[in-house]
Parts: sequence; structure tokens; C-alpha cells
Amino acid sequence: MPRATAALCLAACVFAVVPVAAFAAGAAPPLKAGSFEPPRAAPDFVLAGSDGSALQLSKLHGKVVLMSFGYTHCPAVCPTTLATLAEARRSLGKDAGAVQVVFVTVDPERDDAATMRQYVAAFDPSFLGATGKPEALAAVRRSYGVVARKVPLGDGYGVDHSSSIFLIDREGRLRAQMPYGRDARDFAHDVRLLLAS
Amino acid sequence: MLALVGVAAAAAAWAALAPITVASRDELFAIPQGTWARRMAGDKVEILPATIRLTLGVNDVLLLRNLDDVPQVFGPALIMPGQSFRLPFEVASTYSFACTAHASGQLQVVVDPMPQPGWPALRWRLRRWLR
Repeated sequence: MPRATAALCLAACVFAVVPVAAFAAGAAPPLKAGSFEPPRAAPDFVLAGSDGSALQLSKLHGKVVLMSFGYTHCPAVCPTTLATLAEARRSLGKDAGAVQVVFVTVDPERDDAATMRQYVAAFDPSFLGATGKPEALAAVRRSYGVVARKVPLGDGYGVDHSSSIFLIDREGRLRAQMPYGRDARDFAHDVRLLLAS
Repeated sequence: MLALVGVAAAAAAWAALAPITVASRDELFAIPQGTWARRMAGDKVEILPATIRLTLGVNDVLLLRNLDDVPQVFGPALIMPGQSFRLPFEVASTYSFACTAHASGQLQVVVDPMPQPGWPALRWRLRRWLR
């Protein structure tokens, strides 16, 4: 075998073997999102689901859950986030069925279950909205470190709120938190890793 | 004298042209144990600066660690005692996060591109040495 060909073969073997060896050694590739170490159990809750039934987070075990907090009157952040998540989910192909997007309202005054259903379905019919009493929603926000504050906006009001998206693995552990503005490919990358782990 | 100038020129050339390598790309901020107790006692404890500067390829992973005994909202995340939050950045930009640990309610993370060889790398090294 010519020396150049042998060198190319050796390089190809090294590139092929190193990632496998790293994976076998337990060195999983890092997530694009901010990851928690060690992960804790995602705080459970029961809220009113946009599909008309009670939405209990722990009932979603077995799926990777992407959860964001927002409201249907949100002018920019929430539509962008949900469109990104819809794109990420579409890009996953057959794995999309193992992913559940949950959108928890920070504006229960205006976001009842029917409004949430119509809103989230415009992005992806599989998405679930969650609403409830203000105190129940506030407790959920506290348990995830989410802040929301009503602010005057035109004739009405808006809500300033945390914009990160929480990534929960199939065992119900809160694994990571993706900052707002990241690409759909970043979500797809992390979901694939969570599905494989 | 000439030798001194030569050494300085060589050092500047090295600082400008040598590849930037680091042992770890983590920029660590830790909440020490007892922080909550100190806050409860009225002590104004500031751990995270209002603006954090990172550089791609050098220190582009924000690592927040809670060594205190109670959960803490630290930067963009609620971090449990003994837990870490590791946030990598891949795009140079300015990021704003809601952060209740700051009076402004905001934390800014400025991520600079990797300094190019030449004057940018020299300036970057000088800034780092002077820090």
C-alpha cells in the first residue's frame, strides 16, 4: 500500500475510533444548552392542559419535554420560541414522536385552555399549553426559577418573563436550559442526545 | 539595550502570532457556602458582575456553581445546593438574561470572537496580563 494511502487510512481510523471510544468511556458530547450537573427531578405540577385534560408533567415520562413559559399575547419572544421548537421537532423525523413541547402561560387572565389550544396548535398540533390559577402558575414558576412581571403596554399590558426553554429527559430529570434565541438545530442536537442517553 | 529591545520585540511577536491555547474554557463563578446567611444578615453580597465578558475558543463556557446550602437563582438559572450550571456559547454576541440576583434584574454576557493573529491577539494578551 502506498505510504500516502496508508496514512489516509490511519487518519480515517483515528477519526472514526476516537468519538466511539469517548462515548464508550462515558464522555457524552456536551449539550448546546446550559446543562445542570447533577440533574434534579423536574418539579412536578398539575395544570389545566390545552387539550381539555389535566396536564401532569410526570405523566410525560418516556418523552423528552421541551418546556417554555410565555403568553399568547406575547409580541415577539414566545412566537419565535414556539416556531423554533416546531422547526426542531419537524427536523427530528421519526424521533419527533418522542418529544413533547409544553407551553406554560404566565398570563392566566387572558390565556384559558381554549385560547392556549388555538395558539399552540398554530405552531404544531402536538404542542400542549398549560394554564391554571395564578397562584398555581406562580408556584410552578418559582420551582423553575422563572420570573414574570406584568408591565403596561399600550392600552393594555404585557408580561416581562424569563425566556429560557427547559429540557427534561425521558426519566423526568431537568437536564438543561436553553437560552432564548438559539437555533432549531441546537434543540434537535440536544434532543437527540437526550433520546440516546 | 539592543538585546532588551530584541527580547521585547520577540515577546510582542510571540504574543501577536502564537496560537491562543487554554487549559480550560470554563469561566467559573461560584456562590460560596454561607452566602444566603450573609444576605439574611443584611450583607450585600455580589458574586456575579452585571456584565461578563467571554471569548470564543478561550473562555466560552459560563460555569455557575452553587456551594451554598440553599437554592440560588444565579444568572439565568435556579441552581440547587451542590449543583452546577454549564452554559457554552458558540456565537459572538451580547446576551441578556433575566437575573434576580442583580438590582437591574439583568445579566449581560458579552461573547467576543476569538482574537485573530496579529494586533488583536497582542491586545487580547496584554489585556489578560493586566487583568
